[in-house]
Parts: sequence; structure tokens; C-alpha cells
Amino acid sequence: MADSDVKAMTANIDSVEFEETAFTIPVPLSEAKVAIVTSASLHHPEDEDFSPMDTGYRVLRSQPRDYVMGHWSPNFDATGFALDINTVFPIDRLDELVAEGTIGSVADEHLAYAGNQFDLSAIRMDSGPAGAKFLKEQDVDIVLLTPV
Amino acid sequence: MSTLAHIFEAEGLATVALGSIKSQIETTAPPRGLWCDFPLGRPLGVPSDQEFQHRVLGAALALLESPEPIFAEYDVSIVDDGTEVMACPMPPRHDPGLHPAVDEANGLRPAYERAISEYGNRVGAGRAVQADDIASAIEAFIRVADGTPWKEAGVPGIPARVSQDIRGYYETAALALSDHAPPAWAGTRWFLDRTEAGKVVMAARQAMADAGEMQPIWFYMAPGDR
Repeated sequence: MADSDVKAMTANIDSVEFEETAFTIPVPLSEAKVAIVTSASLHHPEDEDFSPMDTGYRVLRSQPRDYVMGHWSPNFDATGFALDINTVFPIDRLDELVAEGTIGSVADEHLAYAGNQFDLSAIRMDSGPAGAKFLKEQDVDIVLLTPV
Repeated sequence: MSTLAHIFEAEGLATVALGSIKSQIETTAPPRGLWCDFPLGRPLGVPSDQEFQHRVLGAALALLESPEPIFAEYDVSIVDDGTEVMACPMPPRHDPGLHPAVDEANGLRPAYERAISEYGNRVGAGRAVQADDIASAIEAFIRVADGTPWKEAGVPGIPARVSQDIRGYYETAALALSDHAPPAWAGTRWFLDRTEAGKVVMAARQAMADAGEMQPIWFYMAPGDR
């Protein structure tokens, strides 16, 4: 079993292709508020676990950093996240970028979705736009998207 | 990830998407995509390596300077060749009256608790099975491996989630038994190939497949290439 074998299994899964590529010009990075959105199904321990085909999202507060991996797929290494949350969710690294002035600020709340989806219509029509609205209401400018 | 990138950009948010599978990030073409040839589960590359993670983030954030959609490849690869296995001292046999997998799981409990104390419970037991019930979950899979239909064997949840908790329990315990950060997949290979519980999970999975159970019920009990 090697990582390349697992990747090869998933490489040909049908994926959504967009006819047009939306593109937003960001404010300067040093003034930007940055949020992380991950497809790793992370959640706080007290929040609802992800169901197998969960198309919703969970809000990840910046504190406490007690994130739990709720992903249903067995097809990734979880020990990296077990050792260091920043392997998947680089919140400490973003704080350091704020301290050195590279980015303006880090959002207080971030989002997690479940990446193990075969039907993306609910995310496209519902939870995706809802997540964007949630982030916009926090005045987020830039989103860093991380998978597992 | 890339789908969300398209949606967010359309709503006025600038995005940068990291991707671990080149064909996927190329096909879905997020407005700004950085393919990092890192093992699945480690999009920032190396756990507990602040400098490495900052280099990856720097490359990702640099894409925001592009005036148009952009795809880039990170210039460092981390390749798993499928051979590295965690080296963990295993607990000695304690109760010969128990199945070896159950005895083993019980023996790993102190290491599991040490790891939880150090790192928190990020991937360990608790989704379908609490740590106190890992041994009984293994006993249920032993019955499945011996031919009992899984719905009659006392499996305490969806088999894939129960397997995930057993694997998480073991991989978390292994963190306290190893003196270095494991390479990607080394903990999974250790669990599946070197532990008694891993053998039980794989045997139960095979028994369910042989019994004609629906493929999604047993397939996700282990990585799909197994």
C-alpha cells in the first residue's frame, strides 16, 4: 500500500468542471482578513459529527483549538493531523503571519466541509453559498482551502 | 475544495486552494490552485515543521498576486514509497484467556492515554466507539471474521466508522510508543499489517465481502487499495 496507489484510485472520480472561472481581486495581503476552509470534516468535540454524505459545514472557532477529525474516508493518513493540527489546518501559521505583518488578520471563525462527496449539487446550491455568506459577514477577504 | 473555490470567488472572496492530487486540481481548475505532491492527509507537508509549513503557505499566498486564474506546482515533493512502517514496542501478552487482538488493545490503553494527554483526541476513538469499548468492538469483528453476519455480531455502529475508531485508537497509541514523527501511512501500515487488531479488521472485511454484503458496507473499513 502506497500513497500513490490511493491517489490513483481517486484520480479519475468525476469532478465538476466550471464553464467560467469566477475571479476576485483581493485587497493587499497585509490588509486582508484570512480564513481557512477545509474539506477535512473537522469539528469541535461538542459539535455534531459529520454523517457519511453530509453536505453541510461546521464552524471552527479559532479557540479552543480542540479540533476533531470527522472525515469518513479511510483513504488518507491521519497521524499528521494527530501530531500537529497545522498539517491540515494551519491556524498557528496564520497567527505567525499576522504577527510578522504579512497578513492583516485571521478570522475568528473558519469552516469545515466533508470532502468525501460524490454529488456536489447540494454544496453548489446550498451550503457553499451559505458558507460564503457566513465568511463575508465576518469581513473575510481571503480563503485558504485545504484538503486531506 | 475546488468547487468551493469557484463558489466563494463568485461571491466575492479571493481563494487559494491547495491540492494533493494533480489530476483533480487540474480538472477542477480552482481560480488559484497550488498542487503540492504530498501524501494524502498532509496538505501542508510535514507535521511539526513550522519552517516547511510556512514555505508552503508562502507559495500559496504568492498566487494572490496573479491578476488572472493561476495554477502552480510546489517545487518540493514528499513521496511515500509504501514501505515505511512505524516501529512500536508492543505490549506483552497479559491474559492468555483473551483473543490476542483484545489482549493487545487492552495492553495499548496506557500508551493511548499518554498520547491523548500530549496531543488531545484528534483522530482516536470516540466517533462510534469510545476507548473503553474498543475491545468489545474488536470482539464483534472477531465474530464477523468467524462467520457471524455483521448485523448479528454486535458491531457497535456502521462497520467503516467502527473500524476507523479502532485504527484511530491504535494510531494514536502508536504516537506515544514511537520516538519520532511517523512518515505518512507508516501508522496505517503498522496497524493493518503488524497488529492483531488490524488482522481482525481485515479478516472481518473479507468475510463480509465473501458473504455478499453490499460493497459500501465493508469496503470502507480499510483504505481502498487493500
